[in-house]
Amino acid sequence: MEHVDFSLVDWSRAQFALTALYHWLFVPLTLGLSFIIAFMETQYVRTGNPEWKRITKFWMTLFGVNFAIGVATGIILEFQFGTNWSNYSWFVGDIFGAPLAIEGIMAFFMESTFIAVMFFGWNKVSKKFHLISTWLVAIGSNLSALWILVANAWMQNPVGMEFNPDTARNEMANFAEVLFNPVAVNKFYHTVLSSYILASVFVVGISAWFLLKNREHLFAKKSIIVASIFGLSASFLTVLTGDGSARNMAKYQPMKFAAMENLYMGQQNAPLTAIGFLQKNALESDPSKQDFVFKIEIPNMLSYMAFLDPNAYVPGIHDLVKGNTERNIMSYSERSEKGKVAITSLSEYKNAKKAGNDSIANDALVKFNENYAHFGYGYYANRDLNELIPSVPTTFYSFRIMVGLGFHFMALFMVVLLLARKDKLEKYRFILYTALWTIPLAYIASELGWVVAEVGRQPWVIQDILPTIAAVSQISSTSVQITFGLFFIIFTGLLIAEIKIMITQIKKGPEGETIETEIKTS
Amino acid sequence: MFQFYYQGFKNMTVGKRLWTIIIIKLIIMFLILKVFFFPNFLKSNFKTDEERGNYVIKQLTK
Repeated sequence: MEHVDFSLVDWSRAQFALTALYHWLFVPLTLGLSFIIAFMETQYVRTGNPEWKRITKFWMTLFGVNFAIGVATGIILEFQFGTNWSNYSWFVGDIFGAPLAIEGIMAFFMESTFIAVMFFGWNKVSKKFHLISTWLVAIGSNLSALWILVANAWMQNPVGMEFNPDTARNEMANFAEVLFNPVAVNKFYHTVLSSYILASVFVVGISAWFLLKNREHLFAKKSIIVASIFGLSASFLTVLTGDGSARNMAKYQPMKFAAMENLYMGQQNAPLTAIGFLQKNALESDPSKQDFVFKIEIPNMLSYMAFLDPNAYVPGIHDLVKGNTERNIMSYSERSEKGKVAITSLSEYKNAKKAGNDSIANDALVKFNENYAHFGYGYYANRDLNELIPSVPTTFYSFRIMVGLGFHFMALFMVVLLLARKDKLEKYRFILYTALWTIPLAYIASELGWVVAEVGRQPWVIQDILPTIAAVSQISSTSVQITFGLFFIIFTGLLIAEIKIMITQIKKGPEGETIETEIKTS
Repeated sequence: MFQFYYQGFKNMTVGKRLWTIIIIKLIIMFLILKVFFFPNFLKSNFKTDEERGNYVIKQLTK
């Protein structure tokens, strides 16, 4: 593939990124807040304390606002598959079909049925049935996320499929392998757990605002206790799943791992750069140059993170591009040659089939199957192999900011939980302000998680098999630019609407008189 | 069941504003964007799956 319209590829990528990032502004709050509400309502049913009902209903309203505005924003991504990424869409059709169909059915039946009971069923169904409905909404929305993440994980680590050279489609050979793909399992837990953290930060931050305004003390403290316990538990588990993500990445996407660590030269006993500032244009031309302006390292930690062995060798970007025979790493130029053979064999197979020459078709198919694992590299046979390196600064800094913020959230949950338990929260106003201003940081951390995952895997749409330059539709780049602008306007409008409605509801506060006020006034 | 939904929607406070946003959003997405800006490239250019498959293979092997 010598001629590539990079304007088309880049605008199509930008449009998909814009839509995915906006969509992801709505999703994590739904995933996490649904469980927080379920815990609160459980407390109401368990204790019979009407204050818990008040608390539950308030957060349920905010959940409803977020759910209503965010719902169906993900469908835009599916529109883009068909229009902008038709080669890719055709290529993966059978693999994506099953998980996305299950997601659709689950989202429709489970969420939409029980969400109605959750909002309309107060005083119409029994307390227990209402509670079950609330839990089912939480479980249903999280299971919907599972299927989307299974599809995404397949792109990061394609397993359980067979390519059909007659139809040019990957067909599912083993559903269990796709579902229990190690990347899918870890990605699901890591994504939903990080969403629980975001929702917990949201609840803690809004509750802190009430305390700053000297309103709804009981409501705020109870909310903070539930959210900080939930957020803290999710934070500890996120550290574990993050560790799992690193190991999966080192195994299945070593280039993403090397880019995330700015590791150009592979090494044994590789240290982890905890904090670092990159040297501009470092190492790309001269590997002997200093790669950081400043860095703080943890010795052997990267080797341990990647392979659970402090002495393990972690391949760097140069090892992957140039190859390393000592470490049994095939160079990208060799892989691109093999990929070229796979592409040519596919063409020969189709021509031979058309001509009715089965013998040539069979030989071509054997060659194709032998080299299919390198198929995507074939598109770079006559191109600069550095195009196969993702943006190192973007992945490096995104990862560190995300992890740093993660530790900030953990510390915040610990502090507010401790102070709430001791009933001293109001005395530490700076903690309350910190909690409030941590809300946007939680969104930034959540989005950066996706930046690491998606920018880090570039240029691959499907790891090693299909790069963006081959996946894109041959359409006008101007039309993609126009729709990019339209999406930007629509999504920004939706976001503004959400924030405005949310703020109005938050200012109103929970409905009815609090027990605390009733006691004081009586 | 009808009464359950009817009363539920009728008694909504924030919901009315939200439903307006949802309806406008869905109209923009499905009746404007999908129809005028996001035709399915392969479905609108080729009649059969065989033609679509052949086209994609041609694209991937050119």
